[in-house]
Amino acid sequence: MDFNHTEERRMLADSLRRTLERGADWAKLAELGVLGALFTEDEGGFGGSGFDLAVIYEELGRAGCTLPVLEAGLAGGLLADCGQSDLVEQIIAGELRTTLAYAEPGLRYDLGPITTSVNSGAVSGRKTVVGGADTADLLVVSALQDGALGFHGVDPKGPGVTLHTTPSLDGGMVSEVTLDAAPATPYGGTQAQLEQRLAAATLAVCADALGTMDTAKAMTLDYLRTRTQFGVPIGKFQALQHRMADVAIEIEMARSAVINLAGNLHAEARERDRHASAAKNLVGRTAHLVAEEAIQMHGGIAMTEEYALAPISRRLIAAGHRFGDEDWHLERFIRLSA
Amino acid sequence: MDLNYTDEERAFQDEVRRFMKDNVPADAAAKIAAGKSLGKADMDLWHSRLNDKGWLAGAWPKAFGGQEWSAVQKHIFEEETAFHNAPRIVPFGVGMLAPVLQAFGSKEQQDYYLPRILSGEDWWCQGYSEPGAGSDLASLKTRAVRDGDHFIVNGQKTWTTLGQYANKIFCLVRTDPAAKQQQGISFLLIDMDTPGIEVRPIILIDGVHEVNEVWFTDVKVPVENLVGEENKGWTYAKYLLTHERTGIAGVGFANAGLASLKRIARTELHHGRPLIEDPLFAARLARIEIDLMAMATTNLRVVAGADAGAAPGAESSMLKVKGSIIRQQINDLARRAVGPWAVPFVSEDMDETNLYHPGPDYAAKASNTYLNNRKISIYGGSNEVQRGIITKAILGL
Ligand SMILES: Cc1cc2nc3c(=O)[nH]c(=O)nc-3n(C[C@H](O)[C@H](O)[C@H](O)COP(=O)(O)OP(=O)(O)OC[C@H]3O[C@@H](n4cnc5c(N)ncnc54)[C@H](O)[C@@H]3O)c2cc1C
Repeated sequence: MDFNHTEERRMLADSLRRTLERGADWAKLAELGVLGALFTEDEGGFGGSGFDLAVIYEELGRAGCTLPVLEAGLAGGLLADCGQSDLVEQIIAGELRTTLAYAEPGLRYDLGPITTSVNSGAVSGRKTVVGGADTADLLVVSALQDGALGFHGVDPKGPGVTLHTTPSLDGGMVSEVTLDAAPATPYGGTQAQLEQRLAAATLAVCADALGTMDTAKAMTLDYLRTRTQFGVPIGKFQALQHRMADVAIEIEMARSAVINLAGNLHAEARERDRHASAAKNLVGRTAHLVAEEAIQMHGGIAMTEEYALAPISRRLIAAGHRFGDEDWHLERFIRLSA
Repeated sequence: MDLNYTDEERAFQDEVRRFMKDNVPADAAAKIAAGKSLGKADMDLWHSRLNDKGWLAGAWPKAFGGQEWSAVQKHIFEEETAFHNAPRIVPFGVGMLAPVLQAFGSKEQQDYYLPRILSGEDWWCQGYSEPGAGSDLASLKTRAVRDGDHFIVNGQKTWTTLGQYANKIFCLVRTDPAAKQQQGISFLLIDMDTPGIEVRPIILIDGVHEVNEVWFTDVKVPVENLVGEENKGWTYAKYLLTHERTGIAGVGFANAGLASLKRIARTELHHGRPLIEDPLFAARLARIEIDLMAMATTNLRVVAGADAGAAPGAESSMLKVKGSIIRQQINDLARRAVGPWAVPFVSEDMDETNLYHPGPDYAAKASNTYLNNRKISIYGGSNEVQRGIITKAILGL
């Protein structure tokens, strides 16, 4: 048993943390090897394990980075599965930005049944809450062709594609994507591959939330030490001390749940998804608790957009709405544990 | 024990319902139903309709032109307000300043200010909190120094709700820095147009301009704007806080929120079936509804006690704590109910371009409302402060 990360992972995490503190753009992330670490050696990268993803996303969450790394990993992973090694190489080099458009309105968190379909090389349908589509060079679109699921490359600026883009609760941008006979390049791919990559994305959101929670906790602790009311730092009030202690306990539980999922990311599908659902349910509950407690223990200041906790709280709440909420995962966990 | 309203109370309820049906402005109701902010014009219009009916001053004593509503009547009015998506009466003038003036103001102040509150000529905001004085309000530092016929005011107030619409602010200011904290505070009425006042917006976590900072630099305030006696301001402010607060539990808002949540849950689909049929979601919903049913009765028990002459002091702290939690849980569940639609985050102060929310109408503000209502366990005495009051005043610990 060893709960330490390897030397390489620690170094990547450290340099990523320092870089993000100074502010990083896409090229910088690529240069640092962050994008390469999302892929295995077979895929052209130098990472790709559950623990590689966990350390990276934890740092991205800690720093509140809003660049669509998760989206690149998700879409890029499927491209790798489909043998598109040229495209993966460009992703790792930071030259190609891509995102996966799979969710459809009305399905809530379910993966299907989707209705987007391909006919004579053109794709039509609607994809919902797609992260990073506004800055993508390539959309990877899930669609049915003769009833079979597959993935298709679509140019987001090409004919037949309309984006309606808004800010996202997590600080990035999300788009509704309407496809009206948009020219599409077929890549192949399967439902099982999608599910494997979504498990990785679930890990990414959980690890991101973990890093975000660490930041929320640090800020709240700092505030409890420095804000005085009634002549003492508010951290002297036992009512707040015990709640802060509970927050610290729950965050450690979340850390363990992330480790459990990272270690089982490449287990057989049922065991993998059982862990994904366990982690997502637990981290969802914890992120919600930490967001609400951080706000409450700060008082009014946490209600303001100007104070740095605002985007952090929103990011924690947003985590609960990505790749299945607490209840969706609880239901799946019950099914898979039966 | 009788859980029913009396015949008179029921008749009053019918009258309020009829009035609301005929008079609540449709566009304001639509905004409220969609979780959007009201503009000043919306609130002014509703105030004037209520005033025409004599109900803006429903809670005021008859001597001041009010209806002297009982606690139960106030409760009924608040319930119906929420149920019909009517605007809330903006509390600062009608509900906060007026009772203080009625109890402690001079005849001149009462004659001048009270009619202007009802007519809408004056829009008041509340200048209590300061950056360094939140829960510990008595530590406030804004100074008022007597200089002949004036006070010269210097300092900063913050969290001033809707101060951007106000032409008047009532303030707690320190007039005697040497006295023990609570004893050196005075209650001052200040014209927002006085030179030296600057109002700066604070944007809240949901992206809305709802509160402000108000800065005072050598602001000259005539001495006749002092309410009651100098250095007695804390007593007047306390009077307001312990003054009957039937609405504090927010049961009406909770009921309205629950009804709208159920509508969402009947419309949203989960595995192709209405979300309300999902056992996990249904259990969350039921637990809140069960709590709310008990909350409504808890509220009425306190309200009935108040009518019988018992001052709801520390009991109102219980209503505040539990009432705010239930309302926040309803907002929380509404956000969960809309699923992925909670992610697109469009706020009103970013409206310029074509940033409409892409989901169904009921989803557009689910996240915003959830975030915004985190405030209700913080303001007006945080839930921690309320629990402190309960442990001391009720439990005697
Ligand atoms: C949206 C909004 C609107 C508002 N509108 C107005 C307005 O119009 N006018 C106005 O004057 N004010 C207004 N307020 C201010 C509000 O009343 C204060 O925010 C509130 O009193 C809490 O003060 P604070 O924010 O400084 O938090 P703090 O007092 O600094 O509290 C920070 C944390 O410490 C806790 N705490 C403090 N003391 C204790 C204790 N003794 N024991 C245990 N825990 C404690 C608090 O509960 C909180 O969790 C508004 C606030 C908000 C957020």
